[in-house]
Amino acid sequence: MAGAVERIKSGLLEVQEYVRMLGFVGRSFVSRPFYYRDTVQQFEYIGIGSMTVVLLTGLFTGMVLALQSGLTLDQFGARSMVGRLVSASMVKELGPVLTGLMVAGRVGSGIAAELGSMMVTDQIAALRALGTDPIRKLVVPRIVAGLLMVPVLTVVATAVGMVGGWIVTVGILRVASTVYWNSVVQGLYIQDVWMALIKPFFLGFAIVSIGCHVGLRTRGGTQGVGRATTNAVVASSVAVIAVNYFVTQLLIVLLY
Amino acid sequence: MTVHPASRESLLEEALGHGGPIIVFDGVSLAFDEKVILREVSFTLKTGHTKIFLGASGAGKSTILRLILGLLKPDGGRIFVNGEQVDRMSEQQLMAVRADLGMVFQEGALFDSLSVRDNVGYKLFEEGWPAAEANGRVQEVLGFIGLAEFIDRGPAELSGGQRRRVAIARAMAAKPKILLYDEPTTGLDPITSITVDEEIIKLRDLEGVSSILVTHQLRDAFYVAEHTAVRRGDRIEFEKASPDKCEEAEFIMLRDGRIAFEGNAGELRAAARTDPYIEAFLS
Repeated sequence: MAGAVERIKSGLLEVQEYVRMLGFVGRSFVSRPFYYRDTVQQFEYIGIGSMTVVLLTGLFTGMVLALQSGLTLDQFGARSMVGRLVSASMVKELGPVLTGLMVAGRVGSGIAAELGSMMVTDQIAALRALGTDPIRKLVVPRIVAGLLMVPVLTVVATAVGMVGGWIVTVGILRVASTVYWNSVVQGLYIQDVWMALIKPFFLGFAIVSIGCHVGLRTRGGTQGVGRATTNAVVASSVAVIAVNYFVTQLLIVLLY
Repeated sequence: MTVHPASRESLLEEALGHGGPIIVFDGVSLAFDEKVILREVSFTLKTGHTKIFLGASGAGKSTILRLILGLLKPDGGRIFVNGEQVDRMSEQQLMAVRADLGMVFQEGALFDSLSVRDNVGYKLFEEGWPAAEANGRVQEVLGFIGLAEFIDRGPAELSGGQRRRVAIARAMAAKPKILLYDEPTTGLDPITSITVDEEIIKLRDLEGVSSILVTHQLRDAFYVAEHTAVRRGDRIEFEKASPDKCEEAEFIMLRDGRIAFEGNAGELRAAARTDPYIEAFLS
């Protein structure tokens, strides 16, 4: 019982510290200094650095979607509709969520490990001692990059997924290329596109802010860094799935 | 000699010139959960002087440095740095106070991703010094600590002693009035330790920097307390300090969060004859 109470207390403390960090981040957005160079570096690390993994994930997801939906649609003699299923699934859910999960695995863990190592080696304390606010210097550039690059990565993953679906549809299912692309366009509604563009902002923000929070709360040497990395991946992956659900529900109310 | 907490307000009214109080702790207490780290600790560091904190691991020595910087807040008592009460300041207000402070962290805490040049010049580049001026100052301080040729290397390419010396260079680059050293020689061989000690002495005697040294390396503590740096032409020499100069370095021994001893090197040796704890510590 006492253990459960302690866990609840420490969970609440984490939430409180996370919200406090977001408060500092909010304040840093509207006042100087802003670290442009660090932000550009993070654009490269989060955006360009995650491109390969996102491309591969999008491609193979689109390919397998086409294979599976082709199998099911064959039962109704509707193989030509594969494009609709691929586009609707990739744009509305799989593009944003899979990109989010991939970025959580690569970037969330990287941020937690980097900031965690800086914490346990006193580099964060040294930054503060040298008159630099670690939130402005380390957290804000990462959040800005996450906010802007995850949507870009999502668009790339979705587009590549459709190309993957096209490869399988034309190459294996033997459906004409124009039929596939017509079907892709028919499967898309403008609301779906808006949803695909809006959701990744929330996912990017959640992944990076959780990674930063976990990193800055690291204690206990190299073991602590390992723990922080694992926690960051688990927490940001769960956050991707949960935030995706809540934002989807909100957007359905607002857009449809 | 046990020091009881006393109001230091009268001291604060004195001028902050040489011999004036530059750091004042007034009845400072701190606990982490159930564990008491500091119990009503009071002391005064005078401008140009050195305080050397001794004590067992976990006695609260490093905590004192973090309190001075405002990296931690005390549960009770007051802390004054350069005449300003820092214990209730916001992070934003503390930035101005930290401009006068330099800290050498245990193990150096150099930024791994930056070169020696960017580490040493970090504060100067952040404060927007003109590039030529900042680079000139970086070269000057690296020359001062004898590591000018390492300017383009990364921290990973330096030995333990070199890392500590670069950390000293980083702390002194922006010409702070106060330098705080957190176990700067722990884990170093005796020869390298002496080079680090000599940097501390040089900064104190030639640059007029007030310093607080936290250590449990007695050899280094006495070396810093009882030696002085003298410039002779282009050379800097280290020699035994005069009795008056020795008075400017005071030892504080912490035990169970309290000050168990406060006095100069001679008084510390004398106290070891009557106090078994100090005797055990010094032996």
